[in-house]
Amino acid sequence: MTAMQNVSLGAHYVVHLPVPDDFAFWRERARGLIQCDVPPDRVSWVEPGGTGDLFAQEGPSRGEKRLPVAGDDALPVRASKRFMTLARNAALHSDPQRFSLLYRMLWRLQSNPRFLEDKTDPDVRRLEELDKAVRRDSHKMHAFVRFREVKSEDGAEHYVAWFEPDHHIVRANAGFFMRRFASMNWSILTPRGCIHWDGKTMRESGPARREDAPQGDPVEVLWKSYYSSIFNPARLKVGAMLSEMPKKYWKNMPEAELIPELIAGAQAREAGMVAAGEREIRERPGSLDEVAKGISGCRDCPIAECATRAVMGEGPELVQDFSGLMIIGEQPGDQEDVQGRPFVGPAGQLLDECLASAGIERSSAYVTNAVKHFKYVQRGKRRLHQNPSAKEIDTCRWWVEAERALVRPRVVLALGASAARSMLGKTVSVGKVRGTPMPLGDGSELWVSVHPSYLLRLDGKARAEQGQLFARDLMAVRERLAELAA
Amino acid sequence: MGQLTIQQKLEILADAAKYDASCASSGTAKRNSKNGGIGSTEGMGICHAYAPDGRCISLLKILLTNHCIFDCHYCVNRKSSNVRRARFTPQEVADLTLNFYRRNYIEGLFLSSGIIKSSNHTMEQLVEAARILREEHDFRGYIHLKSIPEADAELIHQAGLYADRVSINVELPTREGLTRLAPDKDEGQIEGALARTKDRIIQAKDERKRFRHAPRFAPAGQSTQMIVGADDAKDADIVGRASTLYRNFGLRRVYYSAFSPIPDASAVLPLKRPPLMREHRLYQSDWLMRFYGYAPGEVAQAAEADGNLPLDIDPKLAWALKFRESFPVDVNRATREQLLRVPGLGTTAVARILAARRHRTLRLDDVAKLTQSIAKVRPFLCALDWRPTMLTDRADLRALLAPKSEQLELF
Repeated sequence: MTAMQNVSLGAHYVVHLPVPDDFAFWRERARGLIQCDVPPDRVSWVEPGGTGDLFAQEGPSRGEKRLPVAGDDALPVRASKRFMTLARNAALHSDPQRFSLLYRMLWRLQSNPRFLEDKTDPDVRRLEELDKAVRRDSHKMHAFVRFREVKSEDGAEHYVAWFEPDHHIVRANAGFFMRRFASMNWSILTPRGCIHWDGKTMRESGPARREDAPQGDPVEVLWKSYYSSIFNPARLKVGAMLSEMPKKYWKNMPEAELIPELIAGAQAREAGMVAAGEREIRERPGSLDEVAKGISGCRDCPIAECATRAVMGEGPELVQDFSGLMIIGEQPGDQEDVQGRPFVGPAGQLLDECLASAGIERSSAYVTNAVKHFKYVQRGKRRLHQNPSAKEIDTCRWWVEAERALVRPRVVLALGASAARSMLGKTVSVGKVRGTPMPLGDGSELWVSVHPSYLLRLDGKARAEQGQLFARDLMAVRERLAELAA
Repeated sequence: MGQLTIQQKLEILADAAKYDASCASSGTAKRNSKNGGIGSTEGMGICHAYAPDGRCISLLKILLTNHCIFDCHYCVNRKSSNVRRARFTPQEVADLTLNFYRRNYIEGLFLSSGIIKSSNHTMEQLVEAARILREEHDFRGYIHLKSIPEADAELIHQAGLYADRVSINVELPTREGLTRLAPDKDEGQIEGALARTKDRIIQAKDERKRFRHAPRFAPAGQSTQMIVGADDAKDADIVGRASTLYRNFGLRRVYYSAFSPIPDASAVLPLKRPPLMREHRLYQSDWLMRFYGYAPGEVAQAAEADGNLPLDIDPKLAWALKFRESFPVDVNRATREQLLRVPGLGTTAVARILAARRHRTLRLDDVAKLTQSIAKVRPFLCALDWRPTMLTDRADLRALLAPKSEQLELF
């Protein structure tokens, strides 16, 4: 007895599937039909609620009855592993033609077991499309399901989510959520059926409505603030977001309601940041005159508002008179602010004395300050000096660096920690680094010592000791200069 | 200013963490919670949400604190910056992670930190947060810990035992850049830590082969990040540096982060921010080296005279336009390596072509079905019914293939 004997010639068969995602059922029926040599154009596959084609006969029972039965000696049906993987996914697709496609391909596989490799074949391409759509939908389900916590009467926590998949993927993905949240009680409600896990067993139930799911969760407030804080307004790429998280998912994601305002506010936030950093977009000054002009108009930090004027550095007029030494102090003091020249107050006078006794000519050096404006607090009639903050020093580095680039010293002498920070970009301890030169990026070297105003605050023995140390630092600088000049 | 609430802290510390580019949650050991605990990792990472900046949100990416004793100029959290400061306890981080995880918002935790007190103290706190999650709550989701290179090797080792991935940022592509912009950091120290981590990963893998219960060490490997455009390193330098890093330290990924304007920026930073496209081109060249068989030198050849990759066309097309003598290649005969060099053919398309040509000799129409855009690949291919003849050698080929520049609308 051959299989063909069970098939009536010219008959058309209709298979009614009990549930839309029952791959095992399809597999069983398809195997039987192939064994009976029923060609693909003689079979229609009908899912619940769907209609068959014109030849279909009413009622599942009647269609079923007419299916042929293969004999015991029928040849086994073969399919590649790859086909099984793809078909399992494709069967979950919502396309009503999917089972016909699968049957047609299974039929073709019997004569050409390798035809899946031909990616230009329309059936192969369609199967891969279905598979891809289902995988994507499943992946989005893993990603976008949002549980909300519900406390039941006995105090136990129950996590419930509402999700709207495009395809029949709910049952197939129950395992993922079970493996991940095995110790929790949870339910995922969808319009295509629901799954429930109570920590031990999985239960299924019929379709649910959106209203059946809980409406809020206190942790969502935190999640929303995380979402809006992690977003970088300086790199708005709405298209990239939409391609991965299309709008159809938004209504079930609590954070999505923030998106419109985040996008609307992004340009303003970025503009704010850029405006605050406007200084950065300026051209580097090309001459000391430009620096002088620039600092007098500079309002990058609040100090500028209270000082009388910006104090520019000064050095010899002619290049040949320049000894290669650049001296950097902290900031202008009261006198410097009034006169508009660096190091002319009490500290400046002390510096002049010390330089003279160390044999350094001040007129051959370029003298300037790390910060260009005088920072003080008013106490009665007196303006009391205030240390500039690290931020203010860093802001002013722009100008000091420009001066250094233009003056091109061989040796830089930084007086005090503020000046050292201005050169190095980090705070160092003067006591630790004094006396040893440090290389700067442009080939010059940095020597650090104390600020002369420090000496002015000391008296007695301490003053004498520190005065000697300061003098020794200056001597070392002079020797080094002579060495470099030679 | 009173005590900050969890929400306020989260806002500050998430905001501070957003300049870290990495968000991968893939490629780790497979785990699930069927026999206890909570969480799973199944090989493929999951992006649970996307922000309007186009980046995915896969992990809870936060800093433990944004207090920092370091003063790196490109960083919004540097000591001299005026941002608001906040600090989480390790317990708070663990609770937040679990609360988010149970609601399926995230795949796990990405924890980094500013340096408080000392590098070791900070590292201890990071490890403590991971320990609470792993040991007290039996958390089986993904954990990425940012290691602090200055911390003790033993602490970094601890981090690797709890985390799926550890990362140490090289920060800047050149040593000069690092000395200038991150004065408290040291290249030798960073590379030392990378090398030690690599050795530990290899050692742990080897132990797993011999003993089934040997502890895993950072099963998702290590990664690093560099900032692009904050110093004057050229693309060619960056690509070279990245390939050295891949080679020497067995990195899973090098992330590039285009320097973007930060609030309260430091004065030594560059005049302009780099175009975002530059970051994209660097990732493309990264892929060329890792999946397309290009040597770092070849990627550098695609760069223009100024040492940077062209922004209007991708590096593969740029290379092909420079080395036209290698084209056209015959889709029906060329080797996989040759096909991978054709601009517009990705690894998937090449695999499809190789499979399909066992069944038929391909025509241009067939190739069109297997690729994204036939117009782009056509000048570099021969098929049964197609020969580009003069097209490959046309002087204006670049103009034909580059995306059309958009005219601005009249205002």
